[in-house]
Amino acid sequence: MRPILVIAERKLTAPGRLNPASLEAIAAAQELGRHLQAPVQAVLLEAEAAGGLAAELAQYQLEAVLHARHAALAAYSPDVWTAALVQIVTAAQPSLVLLPHTYQVRDFAPQLATRMGAGLISDVIGLSAAQGEPRFLRPMFQGKFAAEVGFAARQEGAPGFATLQIGAFRADAAARGASPAPIRDLAVTPPASRLQAGEVFQEAKQAVDLTQAPVIVSVGRGIKEPKNLDLMRELAAALGAELAASRPICDAGWLPMDRQIGSSGQTVAPKLYLAVGISGAIQHLVGMKGSRTIVAINKDPEAPIFEVADYGIVGDLFAVVPALIEALRAAS
Amino acid sequence: MKILVCLKQVPAKDAPLKLNQAATWIREDVSFETNEPDAFALEAALRLKEAHGGEVVALTLGPARAAQVLREALAKGADRAIHLDAGEAAAGAPPLDAFAIAEAVSRAIAGESYDLILTGLQSDDAGYGQTGVILAELLGAPHATIIMQVEPAGERRIKVKRELESGNFQFVEMPTPAVLTIQSGINKLRYATLMGIKQAKNKPLARMTLEEIGASAGLNRQLVHRLFVPSKSKGTTLISGSAKEQAAALVAHLRNDAHVI
Ligand SMILES: Cc1cc2nc3c(=O)[nH]c(=O)nc-3n(C[C@H](O)[C@H](O)[C@H](O)COP(=O)(O)OP(=O)(O)OC[C@H]3O[C@@H](n4cnc5c(N)ncnc54)[C@H](O)[C@@H]3O)c2cc1C
Ligand SMILES: Nc1ncnc2c1ncn2[C@@H]1O[C@H](COP(=O)(O)O)[C@@H](O)[C@H]1O
Repeated sequence: MRPILVIAERKLTAPGRLNPASLEAIAAAQELGRHLQAPVQAVLLEAEAAGGLAAELAQYQLEAVLHARHAALAAYSPDVWTAALVQIVTAAQPSLVLLPHTYQVRDFAPQLATRMGAGLISDVIGLSAAQGEPRFLRPMFQGKFAAEVGFAARQEGAPGFATLQIGAFRADAAARGASPAPIRDLAVTPPASRLQAGEVFQEAKQAVDLTQAPVIVSVGRGIKEPKNLDLMRELAAALGAELAASRPICDAGWLPMDRQIGSSGQTVAPKLYLAVGISGAIQHLVGMKGSRTIVAINKDPEAPIFEVADYGIVGDLFAVVPALIEALRAAS
Repeated sequence: MKILVCLKQVPAKDAPLKLNQAATWIREDVSFETNEPDAFALEAALRLKEAHGGEVVALTLGPARAAQVLREALAKGADRAIHLDAGEAAAGAPPLDAFAIAEAVSRAIAGESYDLILTGLQSDDAGYGQTGVILAELLGAPHATIIMQVEPAGERRIKVKRELESGNFQFVEMPTPAVLTIQSGINKLRYATLMGIKQAKNKPLARMTLEEIGASAGLNRQLVHRLFVPSKSKGTTLISGSAKEQAAALVAHLRNDAHVI
């Protein structure tokens, strides 16, 4: 049986550690492997002298860990990753290659799949199988719909590629093996990269730390104009809350970047998170869905934010927010 | 620099979307607009041209209505435009996937040499997040994704700033021709001026059909079997009534049930 291959990823800022999204991908591959009766193998790309991570991966229930080491694999480049993985995938002959939908994977996976004459199904949130073929669930139209997707007729022997949305599968569901999986060293000969990458860096230090705020009022594009921030500040004050926002609000400069919640902003888990005029795109949800109580105010009953909300008010925020400020003041 | 910008027309942000009869795509009787990051890609191209000279060409693949994004691009300052007309039959039919779109674009621009090709990082409808990278691979050009800054770095080279996860960034240099996928918020968008709208009418807008360039949905590497409204997994308490009643009920819930205020 051809294996399902998982491409593991090292942590961006701590390359000696695994990106936990890799474990989510292993859990997903194991689940699909049970449906398709296919073994699971994991791939790890590392610099020459590196070690330890392969043994960590081998703790999981895998048929093998495919370990490629080369000086060129010390730091990420799409050219190098694609060339090395073409060699590995060609040798391993998988039916399916699963990758976590990280920034790095977004950068090279479409290149890899295309070079292998294969299709890539991105941002997958659920897996199943129909007649021995994998089926994938992925969001479309900004999460307003889900789509059941499969590969079009494939060339004999060509694998399918799929990336898994971060958080869609549970890392702690990755099964460990009774004994360590065998580690197979693979020789790869990647070309020189056409790209020269600098160091990874952060912009100026964050001035506000929203992770400590017990209550957050977060505002989105539904507030329409920057002058309406005053109303939102009033609401925040009435709740004793910090003000935060979705990305477009910070992109537009209405609030500073360090008040942005989401995958490219801060991740928070306050006891109360009030989302006002925020649609609930996945990149926003990953930054706040761990909050204890979530309230959403949105005029669109289909807005994905309601899927994570404990309390939902479908209505015009310009009517609801003033009423809420009044009710809060009356109650205190 | 000769720059190509790929712009996709997608349903407007607040359009009430409904599934088509076969539940494979949406009903198209809604309003459409330019995919948001694509507008930022166009702006980045126009700024590069203004600072360093060159030409900006806007391209879209879609039915007749999609030409609107090209007219807007021309009005904002693009020099000319290319419409890959997918025909009216395309509306509602299984649309082209990221591979088929990139393939079609690569065919349409064969024979032209662009220094830079800009796409958005992701489309708001299909959301593949792949078209630009596939196009780079088909053209044999280097690429970089989720770009927050672009500047020339000497003869036939560019330097870009990539956004990485959790607030990290990285500068990357590469030779041109190159393909970049642009992130929303990289710059401030301009509005088309009255003058621009007038001038746009005299700018070249070339039209090619997919048949003419040998492209089709037959190249798709993935198939949408069905679309559906995701089931709500969390038991959300929806609060109805007038704004005043909703506010009062919410405060009561937060105080008495959730104990958070
Ligand atoms: C790589 C990447 C990283 C990203 N990182 C982040 C991130 O860190 N954080 C983030 O937030 N986003 C991020 N995004 C962007 C994200 O995909 C969405 O585009 C963004 O979150 C949308 O913001 P929004 O909800 O404010 O706007 P919209 O999606 O435009 O939603 C506005 C909402 O307001 C509602 N509304 C409008 N008027 C009213 C009214 N009068 N009353 C009530 N409701 C109203 C509408 O129904 C709508 O649901 C990222 C995207 C990418 C591709
Ligand atoms: N039909 C299209 N016409 C023009 N550009 C497109 C089209 N589809 C995708 N693109 C470009 O590719 C980017 C990524 O789209 P996607 O791969 O669908 O997420 C978009 O932001 C556009 O710049």
